[in-house]
Amino acid sequence: MNYGIVSQEQLEQIDTILTDKLIKLGVDCVIIIDMAGNIITAKDNGESKYDVYSFAALAAGNFATVDAMAKLVGEQEFSLLFHKGQDSNIHFSKIDDELLLISMFGKDISLGFLRLNVVDVIDKIRLVWDRK
Amino acid sequence: MSFINLKDKIVQVKIVYYGPGRCGKTTNLEYINKTYRKQIVSEMVSLKTHGDRTLFFDFLPFDMGKIKGYDIKIQLYTVPGQVKYNATRKLVLRGVDGIVFVADAMAKQREKNIRSLNQLHENLVSYKESIFKIPLVMQYNKVDLKEHGIPTLPIEVLEKDLNSRLKVPYFEASAITGYNVATTLKKIISSTVISIQKKLL
Ligand SMILES: Nc1nc2c(ncn2[C@@H]2O[C@H](COP(=O)(O)OP(=O)(O)O)[C@@H](O)[C@H]2O)c(=O)[nH]1
Ligand SMILES: [Mg+2]
Repeated sequence: MNYGIVSQEQLEQIDTILTDKLIKLGVDCVIIIDMAGNIITAKDNGESKYDVYSFAALAAGNFATVDAMAKLVGEQEFSLLFHKGQDSNIHFSKIDDELLLISMFGKDISLGFLRLNVVDVIDKIRLVWDRK
Repeated sequence: MSFINLKDKIVQVKIVYYGPGRCGKTTNLEYINKTYRKQIVSEMVSLKTHGDRTLFFDFLPFDMGKIKGYDIKIQLYTVPGQVKYNATRKLVLRGVDGIVFVADAMAKQREKNIRSLNQLHENLVSYKESIFKIPLVMQYNKVDLKEHGIPTLPIEVLEKDLNSRLKVPYFEASAITGYNVATTLKKIISSTVISIQKKLL
C-alpha cells in the first residue's frame, strides 16, 4: 500500500469521520499515525493541547514494542492497547499494518463505548483508503 | 518513508543517527537542541537508562521552513547503540528517510564501527531498503581527542573501513564542541529532501 501521499480529499473525508464519530461524542483528541511515527492527521476538541509530534514518536515506539513482545510470546498481536489514568486515558487501535488510530478521552466516556465507535470509524476509514 | 500531507502542505521527514554505543549520537542531538532553539518547537524526548544511556531513542523535531510551499518538518532520532538493543534499533529504523552514520574515531573503536555499519546494512535489508540507495552521510566523530593525546583513527583508515564502497559524503566532527555537527545535519537534510522532492513534483 502506498500511504506516503494522501489526497486532500481523502484527508478531508477522514477528518470528517473522526470529528463526527469521535470528537462529537466527547473524545478529547484523535490522532492517526503511521508506524514510522509520522502524523497522518490529528483532530481535537479545541481544548486539549498535546505536543502531537513527540506524542506520535512515542506512541509508534510504544506500539511497536508491545507488538514485538506479542510475537515473542507467540501471539499474533495484543488486540487491546489501553492506558488508563486518573483523568485521561489513551486507546490504541490498528487500522492496518501501517496505520494506528489513537484516541485520548476522559472520565465521561466508557472504554466499551469508545471501542464500539472506534471499530466503526476504522471500517469507514478503510473504505476511504481503498477508494484510491 | 516520509509522509506528505497535501491538505496542510506538510512534509515529515525521518532522519536517524545510527552508530555504535557511545560514539556520540545523543551528543549530536543535544548540540542541535541547544544551538537551534528557534527552529525547535518542542522538548527533546530522551528515553534513557539510569546510567544515562539511550534505552530506546532520542527524538527531536526540527522545523526547516518551507520548500516549494511545503512546510518541512524534520524528525531527528537516535538509536540505542548498545549491542544488546538491536531489536529496538530496528524499530527506530522503521520508515527512515535518511541516515547519519556516526563513527567513533577512537582507535580502539575501529572494530565496533565496522560491526555497527554491517548491522545497519542488515537491518535496512529487513525493511527492504538498501544502504546503497538511502540518503546517508558519514560522521567521523571525536576528532578533538587527537589534541588530548588519545589515539584516533586517521581519516584514510575510516574512509577505507566504512566508506570505500558506499562513497557517501563524510565529515570529521566533534559533537561535544559542535564542530561540523550543523554541517552534517545540513548535508543529510539536503540529501534527504532532494530524494523526497521527486515525490512532490
Ligand atoms: N571527546 C569527545 N567526547 C564525545 C564526543 N561526542 C560524544 N562524546 C562523549 O562520549 C560519550 C557518549 O556519548 P553519547 O552521545 O551518549 O553516545 P551515544 O551512545 O552514541 O548516544 C559521552 O560521554 C560524550 O560526552 C566528541 O566529539 N568528543
Ligand atoms: Mg545515545
